[in-house]
Amino acid sequence: MKEFLEGSRGVAEAVKLCAPGVISAYPITPQTHIVEELAQMVADGSLNAQFVNVESEHSAASVVLGAVAAGVRSYTATSSQGLLYMAEVIFNIAGMRLPLVLTCANRAISAPINIWNDQQDSVSLRDAGWIQLYAENNQEAVDFHFMGYRLSEDKSVMLPVMVCMDGFILTHGMETVDIPEQEKVNKFLPAYKPLYKLDTQDPISMGLLADPDYYLEARFAIQETLKSVLSFIPKVSEEFRNTFGRDYKDCLVEEYFTKDADKVIVAMGSVCGTIKEVIDELRKKKKKVGLLRIISYRPFPYNRVYEALKNVPRVAVLDKAVSLGAYAPLAVEVKAAFLGKKKSPKVTSSFVAGLGGRDITAHSIKEIFRKLTQTEVNSEFIDLKPELLTEEYGE
Amino acid sequence: MENRILFKPGHTACAGCGQAIAAHTVIEAAGSNTIVVNNTGCLEVFTTRYPETAWDVPWIHSLFENAAAVASGVEAALIYLGKKESTNVIAQGGDGGTADIGLQALSGMLERGHDILYVCYDNEAYMNTGVQRSGLTPFKTNTTTSPIGSKSSGNIRPKKPMPEIVLAHGIPYVATCSAGFIQDLQRKVKKALSIKGPKYIQVHVPCPLGWRHETKLTLEVAKLAVETGLYPLIEFENGSLISRRQITPKPVEEYLKVQGRFKHLINNPQDLKKIQEIADNNIRKYGLKAENPPKAD
Repeated sequence: MKEFLEGSRGVAEAVKLCAPGVISAYPITPQTHIVEELAQMVADGSLNAQFVNVESEHSAASVVLGAVAAGVRSYTATSSQGLLYMAEVIFNIAGMRLPLVLTCANRAISAPINIWNDQQDSVSLRDAGWIQLYAENNQEAVDFHFMGYRLSEDKSVMLPVMVCMDGFILTHGMETVDIPEQEKVNKFLPAYKPLYKLDTQDPISMGLLADPDYYLEARFAIQETLKSVLSFIPKVSEEFRNTFGRDYKDCLVEEYFTKDADKVIVAMGSVCGTIKEVIDELRKKKKKVGLLRIISYRPFPYNRVYEALKNVPRVAVLDKAVSLGAYAPLAVEVKAAFLGKKKSPKVTSSFVAGLGGRDITAHSIKEIFRKLTQTEVNSEFIDLKPELLTEEYGE
Repeated sequence: MENRILFKPGHTACAGCGQAIAAHTVIEAAGSNTIVVNNTGCLEVFTTRYPETAWDVPWIHSLFENAAAVASGVEAALIYLGKKESTNVIAQGGDGGTADIGLQALSGMLERGHDILYVCYDNEAYMNTGVQRSGLTPFKTNTTTSPIGSKSSGNIRPKKPMPEIVLAHGIPYVATCSAGFIQDLQRKVKKALSIKGPKYIQVHVPCPLGWRHETKLTLEVAKLAVETGLYPLIEFENGSLISRRQITPKPVEEYLKVQGRFKHLINNPQDLKKIQEIADNNIRKYGLKAENPPKAD
């Protein structure tokens, strides 16, 4: 049913339809509305789940780890510092091959403390062994939760999924969203049947010490699984289309006017909506511009990126995160997609924008297209305020 | 089923490990309908080196400090599945994983009222990483991070009062135990598991490696800690002291002199006096002095 909803409310409705038995979370802006909605559903009896109010994000992630290990589908959500505080457990959940869906309401990282949106939090945890899907709008944020559990709990995967949605922009934004019927969700997402669990009738040990004779293979197995997930996500996307009617194609990337484009921006998340608006406007003026939107940041679809961009002369990668002291994170991946390949863009420039909630406007996007010249730039910050850069400390 | 050995031999604990004796006792007392959640530490390392495990109950290890939180999730899942009434959940860890890095997770578990027994195996330092000082290391102990030297006579602080800290959460059951008094440990584990809600048991477990005593003396050393008043065996139900092991107090020197970690104190009357005061305070506080000496176990 189509409803005009806040993003957080939409996600809460989606999570409810996935019927987790255990939910645990710790308050952090801008994630809070999601778990407040879920707490209310549990309080009203419309969602049969154990809601565990914990003393920290470290424990929130640990509680859902324990609940999944005991064989129950579980859910948590966080943002920013909360995700970083969970980081140790985040790696652990993937290493223990436990299926889970976590919503990351993307937000900047301290210092300076800043509660507004960028993608530094989830991008910083890219190496943890999680599948990371970035939503452009609230419908995707909703749908990626169904797909997330479907992917995560598949026997061929058994890895956690992080659904990344831009904090405030999506979590607090009102959009019309189609919340599907329970029957359709049940058809797409069967009840969780754990491959292994803590069971007194069939005792197993989980989380063992792996010495140098075994550790390498355990990590290799995750790497191999994530490679195979690149071909599994499109299958799940097809199942999704067949059930719900919405088509995310391969659900690894989205190509928007890339075929004949001279200039393409590569980006993730809600900023892609703004980029599409700008492209529509520039296309009317016969400018050959396009967008390659990355949906699956982990696993990273190198071949799809190569195929989409190999004939594009100039590519601009827009990062809403920064790897301080190095090339921007998404730019590194895009450049890597062309290593050792026959074709590549003549120019692959990298831009950093929107950190700490600085608006990325249509003007910012046009500025990126304008700066995408013959000269390659790396990690160039867009929309800096020069007057703030002259302040000095001390003498 | 109940004749099954739940904690199998063949693990890799050191000779004379007090923690192995205590952990074995705890799980055998708890029985096979138990799920165990273990912090990182000696017990985890010596029982579950892949591809082997000593545990014949469902057992999980996640991280150093989160056993109490993981166990909270296991308990919530069991409630959801309708299996909590028939299943015990035990979270366990060492003194560092409990009183230092895991204190927040433990406090959360206690405050939320989960039906879980938390067992702290207190060997009074970070033994798994090489005998570094923890919050439960006793006053004046020589450890690798509270070494003795020309300006140091060991650990500068007394033990963190964990039984009092957990009691302050208003939980229904708190007890201290010792590897030297196995029947007392068995009884308290069974008693704890008969009570609904969060329970805390702290077991004093000698570590020959870290304490530097002869491996054959583990049980003797554990008993001496109790018999000197340095490790009172006490039991609280709903906040009230319901039992204490009464002793005919021995001088603390008898306990200290058999351990290398206290060797530097033996010819130091001032420090010995301070440690005797700790024991005397315990004896007064909990009424440990026997009117009639207790029978041996």
